[in-house]
Amino acid sequence: MRIFAERLSARHPAAKADAPPALAEASFTIEPGEQVAIIGASGAGKTTLLHALACALPPAAGTVTLDGVAPWQLPRAELQRLRGQLFLAPQVPPLPPRQRVVTAVLAGRLPALGFWKSVASLFYPYDIPAAHHALTAFDLAEKIFERVDRLSGGERQRVGLARALLAPASLWLVDEPLSALDPRRAELAITTLTGQARERGVTLVTTLHQVDVALTRYQRIIGLANGKLTFDLPAKDVTREMLERLYAEHPEELGGPAPELIDPVPAKQPAVMHCR
Amino acid sequence: MTAHPATRDPAWMPRVFWTLAAVVMLYPLLVATEFKPWLLFDEQSRKSTLRFLADFFPLVASGEFLIMVAKETWRTVAIATAGIALALVLAIPLTLLSTRVLSISALSGRMAALPFVLRQTLRMALVVLRSVPELVWALIFVRVVGLGPTAGVLAIALTYAGMLGKVYGEILESSETHASATLLRNGAGRLQTFFYGILPQNAAELTSYTVYRWECAIRSSVVLGFVGAGGLGQQMDNSMKMFNGGEVATMLLVFIALVALADAASAWLRKELG
Amino acid sequence: MDSRPDANTTAPPLPPALFDARCRACWMVAGLVLLTIASFWSLDLDFAALFSADSRQSMLRFVSEFFPPDFSAPFMKKVAIGTLETLAMSLLGTVIAAVWGLLLALPAARTHAGDAALARTPTRLVLNALRSIPELVWAALLLISAGLGPFAGTLALAFHTTGVLGRLFAEAIENADPAPAFALRAQGVGPVRVFLYTTLPQILPQVMSYSLYRWENNIRAAAVLGVVGAGGLGQLLAFHMGLFHMGKTATILMAMIALVALVDIASYLARRWMTR
Repeated sequence: MRIFAERLSARHPAAKADAPPALAEASFTIEPGEQVAIIGASGAGKTTLLHALACALPPAAGTVTLDGVAPWQLPRAELQRLRGQLFLAPQVPPLPPRQRVVTAVLAGRLPALGFWKSVASLFYPYDIPAAHHALTAFDLAEKIFERVDRLSGGERQRVGLARALLAPASLWLVDEPLSALDPRRAELAITTLTGQARERGVTLVTTLHQVDVALTRYQRIIGLANGKLTFDLPAKDVTREMLERLYAEHPEELGGPAPELIDPVPAKQPAVMHCR
Repeated sequence: MTAHPATRDPAWMPRVFWTLAAVVMLYPLLVATEFKPWLLFDEQSRKSTLRFLADFFPLVASGEFLIMVAKETWRTVAIATAGIALALVLAIPLTLLSTRVLSISALSGRMAALPFVLRQTLRMALVVLRSVPELVWALIFVRVVGLGPTAGVLAIALTYAGMLGKVYGEILESSETHASATLLRNGAGRLQTFFYGILPQNAAELTSYTVYRWECAIRSSVVLGFVGAGGLGQQMDNSMKMFNGGEVATMLLVFIALVALADAASAWLRKELG
Repeated sequence: MDSRPDANTTAPPLPPALFDARCRACWMVAGLVLLTIASFWSLDLDFAALFSADSRQSMLRFVSEFFPPDFSAPFMKKVAIGTLETLAMSLLGTVIAAVWGLLLALPAARTHAGDAALARTPTRLVLNALRSIPELVWAALLLISAGLGPFAGTLALAFHTTGVLGRLFAEAIENADPAPAFALRAQGVGPVRVFLYTTLPQILPQVMSYSLYRWENNIRAAAVLGVVGAGGLGQLLAFHMGLFHMGKTATILMAMIALVALVDIASYLARRWMTR
């Protein structure tokens, strides 16, 4: 999928209308099948950029087009169809606890599945081999029938990534895929992601905290700082000084460990009072 | 072709089994409750339902009727309030007598035999009071004192005394006993200990729960009217027996408003007093 | 004269007055006391009759008529059937209510920030109306359509409980973690499937525990519903009490109390087992 963004600005849905946008005036083009890493310190606007590209967030200003189509001018049904060709993997793996891994992984294919088939799949997973195949790629095959809440944080993150392999998408937008993984698993995950994307001709946009991984595994690097695009270069042209400038305000994040993932707090149960 | 180890869902057979079991279980339930929804749509039932529903409009809103409804609504609230007041009169001494935190003998290890038996007996009494539904109490009192609000007040008083006593006891016993135990050790009387050591830390929770029960009692007192204990429920029952849809509809709306009002008032009171 | 305060002559500060016009709690307490006095005064209660020698006589006679309770085999069989009917009514009513409560909770909940939730207010109004009419009033109303017997009672329990559970489920839906739903919506999956795949597995434990709790309540409610003719033990009670069969009434009352006590013990044990 070809992405074209011109002077693209976006702000958090919860932010006030007069707050400075989390992403300001970014312009770039990403060709089909290209693999791009977005780097930058925490709060630089990486996630906002991904959400804007995923049509999850309407641009506050500027334009974004996917394969030449402006998503926010499409009628609703068309927009939904377009979204079906995107896959967004949030940083916190979006897996409901108590769901089984097989169901959670197969959920990636829902856009391509009819309504009744989706419902039936809740009772009997409709394509176990496909789920098994995707999980094997992330070294999780034996967990296929486990419950999500019985997995470790790293395992959950890999389940979230395995979903991508089932999505009928031509653009993968992956947010911090390695934040909860040990180095060996991170290596496997990034190899699988980039390899599978290349094999399928899928465009891959990844935000990364691990600058070294970005520089060695991606051809093209986009640097974001304070919501602004500071550089957009082939990986080999990114210099040490550029990186130091990019992380000027958070030097500890350059080369340091990624910030800890905080699992969402379970929802508080409302107190029940009954008359008997 | 050999099946891949992961191509069959191990949860499938249990799921099928439990689904079938649920269906099999459902059947006797449907028989026992004479569950025949189609009866709702047969000629006769449809006709009488529609006639009754059509009767709902226009609502009866004549001045005389509205004044009567207002009076009965007040009586409903009054029955609940008086019932709760009497329940308090019963529940407070029962709680004080049955709570463990005011036991002097329990200070030094185990409670002595006699107080233990007394406390357990009173607790049993509370259990009996609340396990007879208020409607049954009302049926009995209607027999003894005749139709009217007295039966309703007594029914609420007895059932709610049981409920209040139980929860008061739980609140007191889950509270911090350090202050009360110290007072008792220093020779304070049980009532003194209660007022100086226990009430201050639990007053808010006790009040909040009592107000909440008052809200529940308002709902109850409407229901009690159906067995002749006065208030809105009794009038509703009369109108229903005469198939007067308009009157029923007006009273239902008034009742929904009353419950919403009591709900809001009780939430507000609990916030302010709590 | 010396104006300096002297410890020997100045009075100690007084405690605040018991009633203060600026103290809101004081006004409220005064209001509650007034409400109570007005209630007793307006109700023309006839406690004198309760304690008069005459009524003591009739009460004693009334109580003594309860003995001996009727334990004859054919009547015990009737009581057993009534008890089973009560249980069946409560169980079926709760199951129906759980299903409808879930169906109505969907439109009654705002599932995500961008959800217009147009149906939220009207659906909540319906749920509130269902909830604020007690089971017994529903039963009396439904007798007209469903006729005498347990069917009307089952429907009455279902109506009231739908209102209660619908509201609780709607709150559970609104409190569920929105991240899993967000990920699927970003893929263009429709609201029903998003609910089935992400929200339902999250709220399922709450749905189960609320439903069980309501079932416990409904058993008690079902025991008395029959007083207006809606089946179960209550109908037997009203029938025999109306005919002054006091021995039989005593047996039914005992069955009722035993049923309620049994449910109490079972739920206490179940709770202890679950929180162990």
